[in-house]
Order: sequence, then C-alpha cells, then structure tokens
Amino acid sequence: MKNTAFNQSAPAETDSEVKSLLVTNASESDVPHPWWHYLKYTLVGIFFGITFVKAEIISWFRIQEMFRLESFHMYGVIGTGVVVGAISVFLIKKFKARTIDGEPITFTDKTFNKGQIIGGTIFGLGWAMTGACPGPLFAQIGTGALVIIVTLLSAIAGTWVYGYFRDRLPV
Amino acid sequence: MELLTQPWSWWVAGIFVGLTVPILLFLGNKQFGISGNLRHICAACIPANIPFFKYDWKKETWNLFFVVGIILGGVISTLWLKDPNPIQVHPNLVNDLAAVGVTNIDGLVPADLFSWDSLLTVRGFVLMVVGGFLVGFGSRYAGGCTSGHAIMGLSTLQWPSLVATIFFMVGGFLMTHLILPFILAL
Repeated sequence: MKNTAFNQSAPAETDSEVKSLLVTNASESDVPHPWWHYLKYTLVGIFFGITFVKAEIISWFRIQEMFRLESFHMYGVIGTGVVVGAISVFLIKKFKARTIDGEPITFTDKTFNKGQIIGGTIFGLGWAMTGACPGPLFAQIGTGALVIIVTLLSAIAGTWVYGYFRDRLPV
Repeated sequence: MELLTQPWSWWVAGIFVGLTVPILLFLGNKQFGISGNLRHICAACIPANIPFFKYDWKKETWNLFFVVGIILGGVISTLWLKDPNPIQVHPNLVNDLAAVGVTNIDGLVPADLFSWDSLLTVRGFVLMVVGGFLVGFGSRYAGGCTSGHAIMGLSTLQWPSLVATIFFMVGGFLMTHLILPFILAL
C-alpha cells in the first residue's frame, strides 16, 4: 500500500469511521469486486434513507423537540437502534458469524481522546442548529430541500479545516 | 399503503436503524458511520497535501455508494410515500417559533429558516453555513457522528463512543437553550 510510509509519520488515527485506516489488512483488498457490487450498499442506503424520512428523523422540528425534551420520539429511535444493534453484534460475536463472502466479521476498539469531548460538543452545537447530523443532510437534499447542499458543502469545509488544523488541536 | 405513508413510529424506525449495523457487517464487514464520507470527499477532491486526507479513500467507496442510497431514499419517500397530513409539532415549539416569525411548519425542513432566500439573511446564513461547518468540524474531531458513535459505537459497547454521544447531547442542549434563541431572533 503506497501510503504506509506516510501513515507511520502521521499522528495516531482517531477516526472511528475509516476502517481501512484502522485495520492493516482491510477486507476490501481480500475479496476484489467489480464496482457494481457496491450497489448493494446503495440499496441499504435507500432503505435507510426512507426510514429517515418516514420516521421524521430528518425533521428539524423533531431534533428541536428532542433537545427541548418535548418529545420522546428521537430518544426512542436512537435507544431502540442501539438495543437492536447491540443484540445483533452480540449474536455475531457469539456465533462468529461471517459475511456473505465468507470473511470473518471483525470489530476494532475505539480509543479515548479529548476530541470526543471537544469535537463532540462542537458537533452537538451544529446538530441543534441544522437539525441534522450528516446522514439526514443527505436525506434532506433527497426530499428536495436543495438549499441543504449549502449546509453539506459547509460541513465538508468544516471537515477540511479540521484536517488542516488537526496537528495543532488538543488530542 | 397507508401504513407506509403515515409517519413511522419510533420503535419501527429504531429497529430499522439498528438493523443497519448487522446488514453492513454481513454484506462486507463494514462499519456504520456516515460522517466519514465527508472526509472521503475531501480526500478525493481537495486533499491539498494535508496528511489527514492522504489515504486510500477508494477503499471506502462502499460508503459513498451508501450515502447516494440515502439521497435516493429521500427522493423515493417524497415522490411515492409522502404523508398527506400536516406534520405534528409540539405546541410550545410552534409558539416559540411563531414569536420569531417562523410560522410555516409544513414539511421536515422549516422553509422560513432553510431556503435560498433565507441563506441571504444573517439568521439563515448562521444556521446553514455556520451550523454545517460545526457539524463537519465537530464530527471529525470527535472521530464520528451519531451513526458512528451513538449507533455503531454504543452497539459495540465502546465507552469512548458513550463519551462522544453524551457530549453530542451536551452541545445540542447548550445550543438549543442558551444560543439558538438569540440566533432565531436575528
């Protein structure tokens, strides 16, 4: 992998969402697939996006009601999601389940750093303003609220600026 | 069909959101986490020689296909599964919004705050541009967002994700109760 030498000199990886950077032998390289195999993830995304819209998870009003403690809805969604996810992960680990390609399913532990506190708070501030975390931003654009493209571009800019100043921020 | 078009209850949505975790694992040992895509887009389009964006983003292509699906899910539910009834909003929220001139509570995104016209006002600019910036900056600094930490992280019993989730909420409560009233009054 051409980036190996580079990664060694870079600060420790703190991103829990980029598996290929956390796992040296990422599953992607083991089973090469033509590009259209990725469409199965698009199908899951469609199913997920419909859930987002139909359960009003992407509603600015629902997020406000959550933070104003005026509705149980979002707490119920996230709470149920965690319970269902945790039971699934427990069963996957217990039965050492494999992927549809027969690969082992692996998990990587997250390490604590100050970013989860500082970055987490910054994210929360933005979440209550936009009424959307990154997933719902995409779904909102899909519902025809095209101005949210601006919010998404700004979120990409925020990500870029974080990357630019990363070495100078408390870890 | 009416079951599909009426708003889904929290527990149906919660089950579907939770099931995304094992589905992605079974399909290809993938971890649920959406904000990582913002980093991949930076890495693909504007890496600018920044170490944080110098990695093989193509290995994460599946996730970009996933968010394209989320956009399409938004399109499909709007075209064919739209609820004909007005959206229910808590009366206290309706009153507080009316006091700052936000009276249109149709739809999921309040048009009085999030629209092209609103973008040219201080209030709309702050909500969309500053808010979006904080979402992008904060989620990457935290190493994940609601999906990566709150759903995937808590499902795998990662205590750093619990810390992140708690501070997502802390930030949200601070904004909603201490800062947002001033922004909405702009």
